[in-house]
Amino acid sequence: MINKLVIENLKHRWVRTLLSALVVGVQVMSILTLIGLSRGLLQDSANRAKGTGADIVLQPDTKQGTISFASGQVKQSFVPFVAKQPHVRQAVGVLTQSVELITSMNGVNFDEFQKISGGLRFLSGGPPQGPDDLIVDEAYARQNRLQVGQTVKLLNHNWHLVGIVQGGMLARFIVPLTTLQDLTSNTQRISQILVKLDDPSLADREVAEFNRQLKGNLRAISMADLVSLFNINNIPQLKAFIAVITVLAVVVGFLVVFLSMYTAVVERTREIGILKALGAKPFTIIDILVREAVVLALVGCILGIVLAVVAKGVILAIAPASLPVTDAPDWWPIAAAIALGGALLGAIYPGLKAARQDAIEALSYE
Amino acid sequence: MNDIAMIQVRGLRKTYHTGDVDVHALRGVDLDVGHGEFLAVMGPSGSGKSTLFHILGGLAPPSDGHVVVDGLDLRALTESERTEMRQRKIGFVFQKYNLLPTLTARDNIALAQALGKRTSWPEGFNEVLELLGIKHRLQHKPRALSGGEQQRVAIARALVNQPAILLADEPTGNLDTENSDLVLNLLRDLNKRTRQTILMITHNPEAAAFADRTVTMRDGRVH
Repeated sequence: MINKLVIENLKHRWVRTLLSALVVGVQVMSILTLIGLSRGLLQDSANRAKGTGADIVLQPDTKQGTISFASGQVKQSFVPFVAKQPHVRQAVGVLTQSVELITSMNGVNFDEFQKISGGLRFLSGGPPQGPDDLIVDEAYARQNRLQVGQTVKLLNHNWHLVGIVQGGMLARFIVPLTTLQDLTSNTQRISQILVKLDDPSLADREVAEFNRQLKGNLRAISMADLVSLFNINNIPQLKAFIAVITVLAVVVGFLVVFLSMYTAVVERTREIGILKALGAKPFTIIDILVREAVVLALVGCILGIVLAVVAKGVILAIAPASLPVTDAPDWWPIAAAIALGGALLGAIYPGLKAARQDAIEALSYE
Repeated sequence: MNDIAMIQVRGLRKTYHTGDVDVHALRGVDLDVGHGEFLAVMGPSGSGKSTLFHILGGLAPPSDGHVVVDGLDLRALTESERTEMRQRKIGFVFQKYNLLPTLTARDNIALAQALGKRTSWPEGFNEVLELLGIKHRLQHKPRALSGGEQQRVAIARALVNQPAILLADEPTGNLDTENSDLVLNLLRDLNKRTRQTILMITHNPEAAAFADRTVTMRDGRVH
């Protein structure tokens, strides 16, 4: 019977119920979309790294961590040194430059890179011939309706689009190394060295050997280990950002449910008096409000999950290249728990206020 | 009337503290209500009728004096025990009906039953509903019922847990003459058929005439 009262109360003020649940839902959607975007971007980066075909990656030996967006920290002169090492079939220097928010451009010696990767798969056009030639991946070309032959302005430089390739290898933009070095004042400098071994099973042994020889200059990591590092837990800034969004979700959920329950308690003062006259104990009054808050949170969670799926579809339709978002179903219960926690916190004070109300005063409330 | 006292009140006092002022709402009430008696309490506004109603119903504790309802000494009860007393021994009927607007008539009755920890309607309750003439209106919410119908649903709600006493505070105060007579006749009929003890507060001498006995309150005392 209490459940029926709870549902009827929520149905009776359906606009407020719907709006409250919607706000909770937007918070759930924010969390799920943020997680989906983070994972999508990391997965995309991992796939691109893996797609190069390299067995080992050499990066600056700094304290910035393995997943760094800093460019031009490695002297290009290390490339021939690395290439001469035993079991190294090919070494290629890559310069990475951020172009649009989170989209990067890679500068490479195209012929050398082809030997590592086995060749980019061109959907239209072909390899670069001149210093200002640009290759973009299919997703970016589709998102921006680009065609081979067009001029594309990036980094305040006019590029000649010569090829559109299937994605999943290097960055979305690929240009000649020397041009990008000149444009970004990174002459003779690169971001990392991709290494192809003659025997991939030797990767761990060669990583140890590189790290011994190049300590203080470069740090080697096998591709398998690098890919496993593309994880939210390995990026402190991202973890902190997710924590902030989660706290905000709890606070907003708390405020929304608090406001909804508080106004409900004030509006229903007389009804609370009736319940008390009928013999409802303070716990029963709190129980009713907590159940209402739980229903709001659960409806909000369902709305949030639906909104997150819709948001993913919209993002992928609008910016498939810039924002590769994925589903995060394992976070549904976590987001639900966050929303529920906020809602329960929000129901505590109104519930106590209602439970403490004097029955006689409540019955005379107009 | 019956000689066994359902309600026994001796020297009942109630003082409200509002700021620095003490308001003496009851100044020594003595009253006996027999088992199965229908008593009307009359008196002008501010005479203490409602305060007596609230204390007998367990909504407020007495400040001083001796109050026993169906064998329970109300001064000795904690707030939680008074709540339990309201569940089991008291049925309220208010002037403004006080039905929950979100529930149907049936659910209003069922909620009172659930709070009274009962799982089914008591024996003979269907006859009570027929007597009240609301059996065919139970699926409606209060807004779809007339004032008279709402008050009859409120009476059914008050009776569903077979209370020791039915406390009615101006039960016809919001009703027209026809519905007032209907409700008062029903209360009298219930009292005669089931020997339900009823204490009714009213301003109206015509309403009081339906009761077995009338007492008058003035300045916090029964005269």
